Amino acid sequence: MTLVATVRPPAEQPPLHRRLGLTDEELAAIVERLGRSPNDLELAMFSVMWSEHCSYKSSKPLLATLPTRGRDVIVGPGGNAGVVRIGDGLAVCFKIESHNHPSAVEPYQGAATGVGGILRDIVAMGARPVALLDALKFGDPVDGSTRRLVSGVVGGVGGYGNCVGVPTVGGELTFDASYAANPLVNVMCVGIVAEDAIAHAAAAGVGNQLVLIGSATGRDGIGGASVLASANFVDETRQMRPSVQIGDPFAGKLLIEATLELVERRLVVGISDLGAAGLTCAAAEMADRADTGVRIDLEAVPRREPGMAPFEVMISETQERMLAVVAPERLDEVLEVCRRWELLAAIVGRVTAGGDLTVVDDGAELARVPARALAGEAIVFSRVGRPTPRRRSAPAPGVPLLAQDGLPERGMDPGAVLEALLGRANLGSRAWVTRRYDSTVGSDTVEGSTHGAAVLRIKGGRQALAMATDSLPGLAVHDPALAAAMAVAECARNVAVTGARSLGVTNCLNFGDPTDAEAFWQLAESVRGLAEACRALELPVTGGNVSLYNESAAGRIAPTAQIGVVGLLEDVSLLVRPPFRRSGDVVVLLGEPNAGMAGSEYAALAGAAPEDRPPTLDLEREKALHQLLRRAAAGRLLSSAQDVGGGGLAVAIAECAIWGGLGVEAQLPVALPPAAVLFGESPGRVVASVAPGRLRELAALAAEHLVPCLRLGEVGTDRVRIRLVGVGATGAAEERGAGVADEIDRPLAELERAWRQALPRALGEEA
Amino acid sequence: MKVGVVVFPGSNCDRDALHAVRLAGAAGELLWHERTDLHGADALILPGGFAHGDYLRTGAIARFSPIMGAVREHAAHGGLVLGICNGFQVLTEAGMLPGALLRNRSLRFEHGWVTVSVERRDTPFTAAVPAGTRLRLPIAHGEGCFYAPADQLAALEARGGVLLRYTGPEGNPNGSLNDICGVIDDRGRVAGLMPHPERAAESLLGSDDGMFLLRSLVANVAEAMSRAGQDVAVA
Repeated sequence: MTLVATVRPPAEQPPLHRRLGLTDEELAAIVERLGRSPNDLELAMFSVMWSEHCSYKSSKPLLATLPTRGRDVIVGPGGNAGVVRIGDGLAVCFKIESHNHPSAVEPYQGAATGVGGILRDIVAMGARPVALLDALKFGDPVDGSTRRLVSGVVGGVGGYGNCVGVPTVGGELTFDASYAANPLVNVMCVGIVAEDAIAHAAAAGVGNQLVLIGSATGRDGIGGASVLASANFVDETRQMRPSVQIGDPFAGKLLIEATLELVERRLVVGISDLGAAGLTCAAAEMADRADTGVRIDLEAVPRREPGMAPFEVMISETQERMLAVVAPERLDEVLEVCRRWELLAAIVGRVTAGGDLTVVDDGAELARVPARALAGEAIVFSRVGRPTPRRRSAPAPGVPLLAQDGLPERGMDPGAVLEALLGRANLGSRAWVTRRYDSTVGSDTVEGSTHGAAVLRIKGGRQALAMATDSLPGLAVHDPALAAAMAVAECARNVAVTGARSLGVTNCLNFGDPTDAEAFWQLAESVRGLAEACRALELPVTGGNVSLYNESAAGRIAPTAQIGVVGLLEDVSLLVRPPFRRSGDVVVLLGEPNAGMAGSEYAALAGAAPEDRPPTLDLEREKALHQLLRRAAAGRLLSSAQDVGGGGLAVAIAECAIWGGLGVEAQLPVALPPAAVLFGESPGRVVASVAPGRLRELAALAAEHLVPCLRLGEVGTDRVRIRLVGVGATGAAEERGAGVADEIDRPLAELERAWRQALPRALGEEA
Repeated sequence: MKVGVVVFPGSNCDRDALHAVRLAGAAGELLWHERTDLHGADALILPGGFAHGDYLRTGAIARFSPIMGAVREHAAHGGLVLGICNGFQVLTEAGMLPGALLRNRSLRFEHGWVTVSVERRDTPFTAAVPAGTRLRLPIAHGEGCFYAPADQLAALEARGGVLLRYTGPEGNPNGSLNDICGVIDDRGRVAGLMPHPERAAESLLGSDDGMFLLRSLVANVAEAMSRAGQDVAVA
């Protein structure tokens, strides 16, 4: 896809609005709002502002159904990022955002600018960023193209985050064939801000000046929001390369420091970052929020190159820029701060009355559009959804389970299955990636990217923040609503095992073409599941991002609702971590399994019975479990706690053992198919260890919350041994085949080796 | 006493260093690189980060920052200067420490925890380290491979200029010659470390071994000051 004005039009060209990605219907809506036809510059501005990325035109009606209120929510959806009160005059600010299409085209720069963009969203709220988490999705790791993408994206995330000095403390790395040509790069950022210093992205005060701070504007990222984020990828990535933004983390670091100084010293009335749709978006949204207008003096915008057309300046997505609204009497101080941080700062316009965004170049008015028409009153579509075929819905709680042949399958050794699961690219150690990320800069990282949720202490007090990000695309293919709800449950559970109370949810919705009824159904179902889980767990959604058109010639990506949760631990000394800690501690399972292996790692490894279904989710039980975990942590009852997630209970037990360097001796009663008990990924379960003298207390507390508490065994030895006992065990020896055991019995060192080598082996980088 | 932490544009461990210095019992102050004086600082830390974006070469531009004149003068008068990570790179570029920090042998950024042995315990930077103690510290760098030509390396070893070496199970993470990750100048006043002692200042964060080094520095300056009145210039 090429761009207007820079390329001579061939003889037979569709009209300009279509070349800019606007439909005839959208053009008609623009004409209606303006009462006239837009000129070319105005049309270019509408094309980027009415992109899915900026306008949420397809997702807005769905997002309106999400619960967003909460006692401590200070800023909800609609701001640059959500803000939640945590006490002592402090608030936490967080958001997750995608940079998928740029990363597909140019993985290093796409990922780097994704990090830069989300950092500026947090900084624009006046918050100092304290942590980054990256959720990455790629195709099959054996493909050369996947390896190139992984290497570029990981390099880009690290390259930017390491340089600006914000630790990358967690995330997700998932391989699934559906992402082969359309990788996902979702980055979450968490910051801390004093409640009375929260900045607002509003252009208040007629007569105030607009100051553009940071990099000179160039042609990079022209039309990124409309061209990249809204178009399918069908062998056009090469031509799109000029649309990818280039990151400069050094400039980004200076911009962060300068912005925080401007906000802390209260030198600005409002401030916003320049991201998608560049100056147009920042100016229009800031005016819309304040019910004002803005005038942009185009000739005052510092340029990187000569000869840029007005529309290029207005929609350029050059990175590392902020737009500040400054009262005239503060102007000198603002310019001095920028000079000290070696940043360009130019007065590029002013706040006006009347609500129009006007673009003036050397005195000539080039565009005049109501800011509201570009931003808050952009077109909204009521799309129609149609269920995807062959989906399997989850059985309602209480429905009798399908009788299945006993698993592990005949002839299969459950110990070998465990080792194979630990050696899978989706479950093994993330060290190959996390070594590239600085996770300790900032001197706040209590628990980094090694296991479960990340935990950062807050200096100057006892509080700590726990944070995690999760998604379940494998399950979402079968049931997008269930997968989104389960991702919320899992993410909140990851936070709850630390002992923290979840504060809120951010989400990044990665889906296909919304004009396709099946893709839209996946999106709508996911939002339904997300809303249901957030309501049940009483978690407000504080913001997020929607990324559509994630498709390629090979098809649509698996529906991916990437969930981020941030929680608060009032006293960091109460922190519970996943690794086993002491020989002799009692290992317990909190919660109980249910059958259904569809969408699990086990199913991906061993195949699934055609009639198999996803597991069920009981949100009331989930909530009770989280409450139990918080109370158990507050009472210092637990030695360790780990969420049962990918790979199921056996993998969770093995992880606690590997991370703690301590084996385990356990018996597992089996009333369901053994594979479901060992490797099923049904929600609502946690593996915990407890000192023997406190087991009774824990059991009583669990009973109080109506959470099953099952004694599994003891921490100790240098093996992971899990004996299956009870009615559902694998049956008579002659039916199972020779040499098959009713137990997992593996040296810890062997499991650890499989877990460590998983990723390097999958990526062909074995040492 | 006051430890000054130099802030170059692109420094990103400056506030970590300040925090750790205060934990070590000293006052601390950030010193912007455009200054030409030290604002009364009694000892200096050049912190980690990417000074001036590490453009051209790590530390290559920072050595021309205005404050570097005062840093040299401070060292010339016997003041203590500790460079950490990027600060170490700046000090080698400035010629205040021997050797150079090349790209890691893996050609990748490496983050992780390392175990280091303390080769000299008779310096102002290491005096508080108990005998036989190995330190657990984090590293985070792309250019940390210590290199010096064979003759300079031999001279460095011969004069006891090696302060810290990678050891233990994690080994040498970046291909540094002789496993070197900390050096000291021949007058024993300027030191550079690739690992980050300031990030290992509290057991909550995984280790407080870095405090042995920072407390050594603070104690040394405090002692010199009490010996000489308020005069920091000890030789």
